[in-house]
Amino acid sequence: MSLIAITDVRKSFGSNEVLKGIDIDIARGEVIAIIGKSGSGKSTLLRCINGLETIDSGSISVEGAQLLTEAGALRELRLKVGMIFQQFNLFPHLTAGRNVMLSQMVVKKTPKEQAAEIARNMLQRVGLGEKFDAYPDQLSGGQQQRVAIARALAMQPIALLCDEITSALDPELVAEVLAVVKELAADGMTLVMVTHEMRFARDVCSRVVFMHQGRVHEIGPPEEVFANPKTPELQQFLGMNQAA
Amino acid sequence: MQYQWNFDWLANYMLVFVNGVAITIELILVGAVLGVCLGIVCAWVRALGPAWLKPFVAAYVELIRNTPFLIQLFFIFFGLPSLGMKLTALQAANIAMVVNLGAYSCEIIRAGIQATPRGQFEAGASLAMTPLQTFRHVVLVPALQRIWPALASQIVIVMLGSSVVSQIAVEDLTFASNFVQSRNFRAFETYLVATLTYLALAIALRKVLDSVGWVIFPRRKA
Amino acid sequence: MAQFTVFDILRNLLLATQWTVILSIVSFIGGGLVGMLVLFARISNRGWLRLLGRGYVELFQGTPLLMQLFLAFFGLALFGISVPAWLAAGLALILWTAAFLGEIWRGCVQAVAKGQWEASASLGMGYFQQMQHVILPQALRVAIPPTVGFSVQVVKGTALTSIIGFVELTRAGTVVTNATYQPFLVYGLVALIYFCLCWPLSKTSQILEKRLNVAHSHH
Repeated sequence: MSLIAITDVRKSFGSNEVLKGIDIDIARGEVIAIIGKSGSGKSTLLRCINGLETIDSGSISVEGAQLLTEAGALRELRLKVGMIFQQFNLFPHLTAGRNVMLSQMVVKKTPKEQAAEIARNMLQRVGLGEKFDAYPDQLSGGQQQRVAIARALAMQPIALLCDEITSALDPELVAEVLAVVKELAADGMTLVMVTHEMRFARDVCSRVVFMHQGRVHEIGPPEEVFANPKTPELQQFLGMNQAA
Repeated sequence: MQYQWNFDWLANYMLVFVNGVAITIELILVGAVLGVCLGIVCAWVRALGPAWLKPFVAAYVELIRNTPFLIQLFFIFFGLPSLGMKLTALQAANIAMVVNLGAYSCEIIRAGIQATPRGQFEAGASLAMTPLQTFRHVVLVPALQRIWPALASQIVIVMLGSSVVSQIAVEDLTFASNFVQSRNFRAFETYLVATLTYLALAIALRKVLDSVGWVIFPRRKA
Repeated sequence: MAQFTVFDILRNLLLATQWTVILSIVSFIGGGLVGMLVLFARISNRGWLRLLGRGYVELFQGTPLLMQLFLAFFGLALFGISVPAWLAAGLALILWTAAFLGEIWRGCVQAVAKGQWEASASLGMGYFQQMQHVILPQALRVAIPPTVGFSVQVVKGTALTSIIGFVELTRAGTVVTNATYQPFLVYGLVALIYFCLCWPLSKTSQILEKRLNVAHSHH
């Protein structure tokens, strides 16, 4: 049974159909990269998986449980599936440690000392153990994103959704974030990543999904997809990215 | 024509003035704390709350902001008892202050909430927090920080406006000055002293609120 | 004792409302004129003038309007002149309004980018020419919504003049209440009348502000 099953998902924004029937099955431990041009629906699909966007038809199920739009069910889902954002979205009035602790204390009712311990471990895991008391505005972009990863990890999710998590970073800071993600993948975390980092996708991902104008055009292991693009759209996309 | 200034009476009536200042301080303390709480609730309703509740809050806010505080005070003190509610003058004054500041701070705080970046709401949601939890732990404090100077100004304005409670015989600073000038026949000097005292209170209140801001908001950007 | 109908009450109140309106208009226009002086003092090159302007604004913004009314009423009486309530009311309100309008307008002038001063200066314009042709026109657009918004405060401020004996809407409300023993109804009607005066001004200010922001976003 796949961990995340996306079946014939469609979504429109007004009259604009953004997802035109997406079918993807993601197994536990897989690292999926979703690539494609802007406007191909990649981020929208990702945001549908944890319910930040609602789907018009089709179904998404996580660990066998269907995605419902009811608020309580969505919260249950988000305990299992975490998200990392392009703009980090750290809470500016809380320290890094408190950012990581907050949801555990508020949602899971974890006692403060235990939450703090978990937070320290998570920050350690992303290489920021000494930044527990630092505020987001004291951290670089790469550090902030790693705190965001720690924050999502603290909820002990079964899968992480990464929405272009390095796109807002200065080039020299991208590597430190990708290093953390690579470790997570090696530890067996299921990852679904919308990304422009082709080299990373080639090295780390188990499968690559190429989306174009709301459809999955090609899907397969990176060796196949990057080496032998079958459709002209992917060929053109990779041609565009060859120089990168 | 030389006017003979005379402040000799001040020593005799110092206690009266001090009591008046105490009442004025009590009024703004209660008014500010409860008024801002009311403002937070109303701002939440207007910005993030259930649709059916919004018109009621909107009506309350528009009514208070478009009528004089004096009339609100008279309505509460004289009008409500005719419906059976018994209120002392001080109670009515406190209620009027809270109701008045509540409406103004609602709008100020609402602006702060609406300036919250959308990503903050999404981050809270993807961490499985309910909208109310997200509001309380993620949105509220940064929103208050954004608008703190404007809110502080409004609190000072309401404190100065509290002078009209003297009209329902609440013994605030204005009432004290009315009392004193009716006895010492030195109206101008008396009101001058009271006015300067209000000025000092306004400056002090502003400083206190700024300090409160530094305590509550750890990451104040310069 | 005569029985008063709602119509009787309303008629009395509306008669007094005309004085509220007249006082509001006089205060607003007078306050606007003095406010211009305050504005020029605040943005003047001369330090002492700036200080004077600042002191004026801090004084009138940092003290209760009611106190200012009392001081006007009793202060002028010091000079032996018997001061009618309307004169004290008008004087105090004009000075009070001037402080706030001057401050609002100062903000608007300072919101005009520094580059405008520099550009017009390098075109050889003198101070008053700069103000007249470049700075004030731009500041004016930004100034209209908050100025209209402040007119609401002026109307509400006239209510305090009842305390020094000026007969306007609030004073009429008190008199009528004492005669009819129906405070809920009378003050309710008074509030309604104030609302009818103020709300259109508030709404206009909001609409003007939205239109201004829309216009800004096109630039």
